[in-house]
Formats: sequence, C-alpha cells, structure tokens
Amino acid sequence: MDASSLPSTKGKPIGNRSKIVKRYLNLAYVMPALLLFILFSLLPIFRTVQYSFTNFNGVNPNYQFVGFKNYAMAITDTRWWEAVGNGVIFALLSLVFMNTIALLLSVAANSNIRGGKFYRVVFYIPPILSGIVVGYIWKWIYEPKGLLNGVLRDIGLDQFTHVWLGSIDTALYAVAVSSMWQGVGGSFILFLAGLQGIPKDLYEAASIDGASRSQQLRYITIPSLRKVYTLVNILTILGALGIFNHVYAMTMGGPGYATEVPALRIYREAFTNSDFGMANAFSLIFGIMLFVLSLIQLKLSQKKD
Amino acid sequence: MQSKGTLFFKGITHLSLIVWTVISIFPLVWMVSTSLKQRNEIFTNRSLIPNNAFNIENYKDAWFQGNFNVYTFNSVLYSVIVVVCVVLFASLASYAIARLDMAGKKVIYLGFMATLMIPIPGAFISIYLVVSNLGLANTRIGYILPLIAAALPVSIFILKTFFDEMSRELEEAAIIDGATSFQIYYRLMLPIARPALATIVILNTLSVWNEFMLALVLFSENRLMPIQMGLSVFVGQYTTQYELLMAASTIMVLPVVLVYIAMQKQFIQGITSGAIKG
Repeated sequence: MDASSLPSTKGKPIGNRSKIVKRYLNLAYVMPALLLFILFSLLPIFRTVQYSFTNFNGVNPNYQFVGFKNYAMAITDTRWWEAVGNGVIFALLSLVFMNTIALLLSVAANSNIRGGKFYRVVFYIPPILSGIVVGYIWKWIYEPKGLLNGVLRDIGLDQFTHVWLGSIDTALYAVAVSSMWQGVGGSFILFLAGLQGIPKDLYEAASIDGASRSQQLRYITIPSLRKVYTLVNILTILGALGIFNHVYAMTMGGPGYATEVPALRIYREAFTNSDFGMANAFSLIFGIMLFVLSLIQLKLSQKKD
Repeated sequence: MQSKGTLFFKGITHLSLIVWTVISIFPLVWMVSTSLKQRNEIFTNRSLIPNNAFNIENYKDAWFQGNFNVYTFNSVLYSVIVVVCVVLFASLASYAIARLDMAGKKVIYLGFMATLMIPIPGAFISIYLVVSNLGLANTRIGYILPLIAAALPVSIFILKTFFDEMSRELEEAAIIDGATSFQIYYRLMLPIARPALATIVILNTLSVWNEFMLALVLFSENRLMPIQMGLSVFVGQYTTQYELLMAASTIMVLPVVLVYIAMQKQFIQGITSGAIKG
C-alpha cells in the first residue's frame, strides 16, 4: 500500500499529492464520452452560431462574415414564418386532440378494467415506429386511389373523396392526423404513470362523500396530474414543432409550401439552396424559440403550484 | 351492486379502449396486408385478405432487388456498434461522476445535461459540416460517432441517477480489500447496474434503428445507408411501388414490435425515462 494509508502525520502531504494526481487521473473515465460529446455535440453548436453570420455555401472555404444579414433576412422571410405557423398548427392540434384522447384513454385504462395491461402494450406500438414508416403507411392510405377514398366510395360518400395529400386545404391536416396517431401512445403512457401515482384512498374518501365519477375526475384526477401535464405539453409542443420525418415521407412540404415545417426548411436551405449561413441562422432562431417556449411552460406550471 | 351510472361508465370505458386498439393496429395490419398483395391487386382489392395469402414475392423483391439485405445489415451493424460504445462510455463516465473524486466533475455533468435542455432542431446541419471537415462524410464511422455522442447525455443521466441511489457499503468493503477503482467499476458497479443498462440498450437500439435525418445528410452511397433511407428506393416522383414499400416496412417494423412485446416492461420504462430526462 502507498504512504497515504499509513496513519502517520508525516505521510499526509504525500497523501494529498497522490490524491490530487488521482483527481486528474480519474478524468480518464470520462474522456471517451467527453471527447465525442465535445466534437459532435458542442462543436456543432458553436459552428451553428459561427456559420449563421457567414455566407458559407457548404463547400467553398473562402466564405465571408456578413454580420446580421442572415438574421435580418430570416426574420423578414414570410415563407419561414409560414413554416413556423404550420408547426404551430401541428402543436395546437396535438395539444387539443392528441392529448385529450391520450388523457381519456389513460383514465379508462387505469380504471381497474379487465385487460388494462393489454391496452397499455397495444397503445404504445405506434410510438416505437419510425416517423418515416408511419409517414409512408399513411401516404398509402391517403393515395387518391387508396384505402380512404375507396372506403368513402364504397359507403356512398363519393362527394367526400379527396386528393388528401395533394390539395392545399387538406394536406396539412392529413399529415397532422398521421403524427397524432403516432403520438397518442406517448402522452398516454406518461398520463398513465401520473395517474398511478395518485393515492387510491383519495378516491375512496371522495366516493364516501358522495362525489360522482365526473366530479372525482375534475377535483382529484386533473389537479393531481398538473406536473405530468406540463411535461406532456412541453414534449408535445417540441415534438410537433420539430416534425420532419412524417412531412419528408408524405409531402416533402407540398403542395407548394402548404406543409413546409421549420426543420424541412432548414434542411432545404442547406442542401438544396447551398446556403448554410441562412440554414444555421434559421436553426438558431428556431432553437431559441423552442427553448423560450419550454421555459415559459415550466414557469407557468410553477406559478400554479 | 352496481348503479346504472357505473354500468354506463364501464361500457363507455370498454368501448373507447377497444376503438383505440383498432385504430392503433389497423394501419399496421393494412401495411402487412398490402405487402402480401400483387401489384395489379393493391388498388382494387380493399379487403384485408390478399387474393393469394402466401404471396411472398414482394418480400423477395424488396430483400434482393431492393437491396434490403444490405440496408438491414447496415442498420444492425450501426445499432450494435453505437449501443456497445454508448454502454461502455456512458457507464465509465457516470461511475466516475457519481462515485470518484474527479477534477471538474460538476462542470462536466452540467455540460452533458445542458444539451438535453436546449433543443437544437437544426443541429444535423452543423454535425454534417463537422463530419465532412473531418473527411468522414459518407463513411460508416462518420455516421456512428455523432450517434454515440447524441446518445450519451440521456444515458449518462439514467446511469448516474442509478449509481447515486446505490448504497456504498459494497464498494467500501471492496476498497478495504484493496480493489482499485476500475476493479470496482468492472466487477461491482456494472453487474449491479444491469437494469439501467437494459434501459439504455433498448432506448438506443430503437433510436438508431429508427434514425433517418443524419443518414439523409451524411450518406450519398446506397451501400452504406441504413433501412430508414432504404425505403425511399421504392418511392418515385410520380409512382410509388407500394407493395414493395409495405413489404420493406414490414421487414423493419416486425422485429421492433416482436422485441417490444417480449420486453414491453423494460421498453416502456426506457422510453419514459428517456422522455422525462429534463
């Protein structure tokens, strides 16, 4: 054993020194993780900031700094704000429809019902699929000569058949349906976890006092779920605004720009227009927007407590 | 005794759960059904039963002509390498952060966690630039390394939380027996952390298997592409070969769903702890 383990006072300074050396030697444990993290997570963030002030085209190393020009162009770009608007529509639809369905289903599955576990397993199948596969499956359902129109025709509702993904008035909602179909399970699982954390005797006491089911839902269940609700809302908003795979698979932003979303615009700005300066400016503006949005959500939920 | 109100409530509850079960599964059933139909049949036969239920031609075509043998191999390779590296690097790092006296460990941990809380949806653009600056665009390693880096923060968070909750008694006994810190990591901490490691394996295998965006910007050669990109082979600008697209989709979805059903408890735990991260 080394000197540090000897109980003599003389040994102490040596012990301290070896301790200090050890403090630094122990960094070897985090090195592989840290190096990869710095190189492929932190450096890209700095690059995003740096390139957002340039006219870099992705290839030519002789790019110039252009100051805030990209940002000025970005915030006055109506097509960009329309893409953000589409993301906001996805988010609102998901908050209203997807999360309401998820909440109701979680209350149902939590009510001591036979097969509750089965439902939990089944409802979580869509979320484990990739957005690309889900997008293609729904694209196939929405095909002009596909299942949806076929069934409408079969039951005599010809007037409702539609070029779902090809017309401006329905494309956005058709994509939203596919992403919400996939997303219900995720919110459901989180709500269910929240419900299972509510003590059962609260309900027993309430029913002894004569509270009806809907009163119990309103005065016990929903208030107890506030924390989970905030989490689910944040995840829903971030997910909806950041949507890419579904749109890529189903419409590529079309018809026109009717289903263009921020991530797709950023992608096209870089890889179709070769304007990495603009792409990074959009990316940073969008990142800040999302960050501020989740902060606001968190603050709002803390205020209520 | 059950009142009419309770019975009504129970009925509604059952009905809504059954309806959503059908909605959840139907698109997948339709996918499998289409994959077994013939090309001239897919637009006319709207029943779930194909004219010839044992028609596996589409699978053969997707696998050999559509090169899904290559894409599946690539995806398995990427998943295995990424997950092994993440388990190794994340467990080493979180053990040191949770248990060892280490310089700057607070800053390091905060750094990892900060990227979890700040979403950068366009990060793939600058990851692409960093990777191509290193001369690694359109290479396997150039795809694998950023995926490992992206998976580390959540994995470190899960493992560090697990190590924090562990009692120190066993370790202290091992230290008295003269074990080095690495021996403690390897012989003691890793085996005990098995449940947390299982969560990490599942979470990351699924996210690599489903990854699309980074592959889209990094790969230009088909022989390197993972399955999610392979699908686009069947999608043309004017016509899409849906029977092949659905066969290929089934090939990628089936293993995921089977593993999920076999290990659904760990799966759901993994995904929820991945979601709750912040």
